Amino acid sequence: MRIRFVRRMGVSAAAKLLLRFAAVVLALLTGALFIRLIGFSPAQIYAGMVKGVTGSTISVRETVKIAAPLCVTALGLAVAFRMRFWNIGGEGQMTVGAIAASYIALFHADLPQPLLIVLMSAASIIAAGFYGFIPAWFNARFGTNETLFTLMLNYIAIYVVQYLREGPWKNPKDMGYPKIAMFAANAQLPKVLGVHIGWIIALALAVLVFVYMRYTKQGYELTVVGESSNTARYAGMPVRRIIIRTAIISAALCGLAGMMKAAGADRTLTDGVAGGIGFTAITVSWLSELNPIAIVVVSLLFSALEKGAGYVQSTYKISSSAAAVLQGIILFFVLGSEFFIRRRIVLGHLHDKA
Amino acid sequence: MIEAPSVPRLQTINLTKSFGELRACDGVSVNVNAGEILALLGENGSGKTTLVNMVAGLYKPDGGEVRVSGAPVAIHSPTDARRYGIGMIHQHFKLVEVFTAIENICLGMPRESTRRGLMARTLAFIEKYGLGVPLDMKAYRMSVAQKQTVEILKALVRGADILILDEPTAVLTPQESEKLFDILRKMKEAGCAIIIITHKLAEVMELSDRVSILRAGRNVGEFATAKTNPRELTERMVGRKVDLSIERVHAQKRPLLTLEDVSYAHAGVKLLDGVSFDVSGGEILGVAGVAGSGQKQLCEAIAGLTGITSGSIRLLGEELAHLSPREIYDRGVRLGFIPEDRLGMGLVGSMDVTDNILLREYRTQRGGFIRRKPVRRKAMTLVSDLAVVPPDINRAVSQLSGGNLQKVLLGRELMQSPQLLVTSYVVRGLDVNSSYTIYDLLNDRKKNGVGALFIGEDLDVLLELCDRILVMCAGRVTGILDAKHATRAQIGLLMTGSEAV
Ligand SMILES: Nc1ncnc2c1ncn2[C@@H]1O[C@H](COP(=O)(O)OP(=O)(O)OP(=O)(O)O)[C@@H](O)[C@H]1O
Ligand SMILES: [Mg+2]
Repeated sequence: MRIRFVRRMGVSAAAKLLLRFAAVVLALLTGALFIRLIGFSPAQIYAGMVKGVTGSTISVRETVKIAAPLCVTALGLAVAFRMRFWNIGGEGQMTVGAIAASYIALFHADLPQPLLIVLMSAASIIAAGFYGFIPAWFNARFGTNETLFTLMLNYIAIYVVQYLREGPWKNPKDMGYPKIAMFAANAQLPKVLGVHIGWIIALALAVLVFVYMRYTKQGYELTVVGESSNTARYAGMPVRRIIIRTAIISAALCGLAGMMKAAGADRTLTDGVAGGIGFTAITVSWLSELNPIAIVVVSLLFSALEKGAGYVQSTYKISSSAAAVLQGIILFFVLGSEFFIRRRIVLGHLHDKA
Repeated sequence: MIEAPSVPRLQTINLTKSFGELRACDGVSVNVNAGEILALLGENGSGKTTLVNMVAGLYKPDGGEVRVSGAPVAIHSPTDARRYGIGMIHQHFKLVEVFTAIENICLGMPRESTRRGLMARTLAFIEKYGLGVPLDMKAYRMSVAQKQTVEILKALVRGADILILDEPTAVLTPQESEKLFDILRKMKEAGCAIIIITHKLAEVMELSDRVSILRAGRNVGEFATAKTNPRELTERMVGRKVDLSIERVHAQKRPLLTLEDVSYAHAGVKLLDGVSFDVSGGEILGVAGVAGSGQKQLCEAIAGLTGITSGSIRLLGEELAHLSPREIYDRGVRLGFIPEDRLGMGLVGSMDVTDNILLREYRTQRGGFIRRKPVRRKAMTLVSDLAVVPPDINRAVSQLSGGNLQKVLLGRELMQSPQLLVTSYVVRGLDVNSSYTIYDLLNDRKKNGVGALFIGEDLDVLLELCDRILVMCAGRVTGILDAKHATRAQIGLLMTGSEAV
């Protein structure tokens, strides 16, 4: 007996839904087995996870708070991915955005809050945009590989934060472990319905990105370049300019997400400001098939999973690694179902005729 | 005792396949015997590729049955097909470009068959059928014909004795096609069952034993090749009487395009070498030549896609050399270009008809936004004027059959009301009827004063359709003939490089 995977063509919407549903059920069953094995009651833990996400207004707010920067980063990456520009530098671009915003927050905190927030946003967009311009320029000019380039830039950004923390931006009032000072109150994002305004920005950006990709000339151009740069040249499109422009937009969005994370959630700058969001956003982006509206939903689901796992970890004293395994099991099945949506299994006997 | 009727080597019975609403194959039954060549004929989009893809395990049939030597078989994947001795040569080859021929042949073979054993078998097949291919050449350096030979070898080494070829000659020169036919005849004599899809009736008549015709996904007739003729086949294919002569219309001529001493070198190789000619409005200038004689560079130089090393290209007095397609457009001259690589250059496969028309239109719209509504109306007109099947403007064009794809491309270029049309192998892969539709469209534009550069491969078509024929060889113009008085032999001689006196 042999198992083979064959590419599937034209899967109906109903079949997709069924497969995804089956994946969730399987994930829950396997997770239950795992919870049993480590000596807890699956029903209790699952109930705990749900409670951790929807149990109180505070837990809902926490979930939304995690989702906002993830969503904005995923939107940014989706713009680049549509052009088949493999920007995996979301981490670095978020961090650079956060650094620029922090500069304004730390040294110009005397400005009125609305002006300050606008300046911080602008600074994060410009700085991250420039950070996206570098790999794009090299790619457009010399054909360098953007995947490696953007990945490497991640580390540089994080080390810059560490340098600022140890040296120039070290909070003199802090004894012991060096830290950067907390932002002043008017350098923090104001709240609407109990969550910092990042969530409104995320929703607005989702609509904007949707319109940009579907209804603007620039969105059309970048899609054509992604499909075939020969066709784009044939149509008289300035291919290099489009590559650079798109990469800047993508990075700028990631930078804005970094600002939201620093000024909304962390209220200071740390080297963990991106904290893996830039990578999780890659998954979110693809899982949503680069659709901005789907990105909103998927980033909420991802955040709920994260929040739920965090909650059971602290409530039931499950070790953090066990909670991570649980999270991993669920993700494994969901991502696995996408594999099966694109392929079908063929079982067969193999009589080899040599 | 009566001899039992021989069982076909391969037989399909009522095979059916739908794509959404569309019935691509609707109960198709064909069969081919060992030692026989069956030609599969049908208009673009009639379901030929779909049918053979089901047999090759690429598509899953919705209904019907495949039998190999009389026994029903279930084919779920190309591996299954291979196991029953079915080998398919696709129009787009699937070789690993950086591998050599022999590496490609060995690729994916079971471990127990040693490389030396495979080598021996490969050599045996080369010997048996006279396949000429250098085994240690990397695929990316091979010509199309060589790649095709490797694909055939691959199928043979894997034990195929049922060979299916989907439009194998669409990309070959006449000489290469001849060579392929010799090979296929030898394989037939050795007892292989062969199905070949082609739109060229001359090839059907020359090569096949039987012809099976499809129309709109159904069988509409089967003929013994010896007892039929191209006219009968065409009429059966399209379902009505057709006229198989090409008209050469006469139109008022006026100066349009002039090339002077155009040269282009790439990596030290002269791809265009001192090319000079002119095209008038109201004229179709044909270009003949062995594939790869510089036709591609010539077209791309005129369209602004490659620069030129020296020389001048003037269209209506505007110097186009060194201008990009966008700059050419901004100069106000209108140039339509049908490139050889339709999906890789002319169209975006994943986009629908509307968005493909946008490729030319979007820049003329004002502001930063795209308005699809007027373009959608144009798409609708295009689809109905050129009878694109299926007439669905929201379908990704990569799902269209080859002929319909070409109609969309040509239709879009004509919509720009070009003054000059550059067409590269514009009827390649088109059925007889679509080809004539396209000749008519070209003639129609010609009457309106449009000039056309027509890169072609079928000499008969060039002789009938064009006003003059330019012959190229190794990047040089070896002669420009008046099509009314030129002969095939004359052109053939110039194609090999002997200059006209
Ligand atoms: N993957 C697909 N998805 C949707 N429709 C398809 C797909 N493949 C083919 N079709 C449709 O099925 C019909 C038959 O197509 P097919 O490719 O079999 O035609 P064909 O006879 O090979 O034509 P041609 O001579 O142009 O190659 C066409 O209308 C085509 O648009
Ligand atoms: Mg076909």
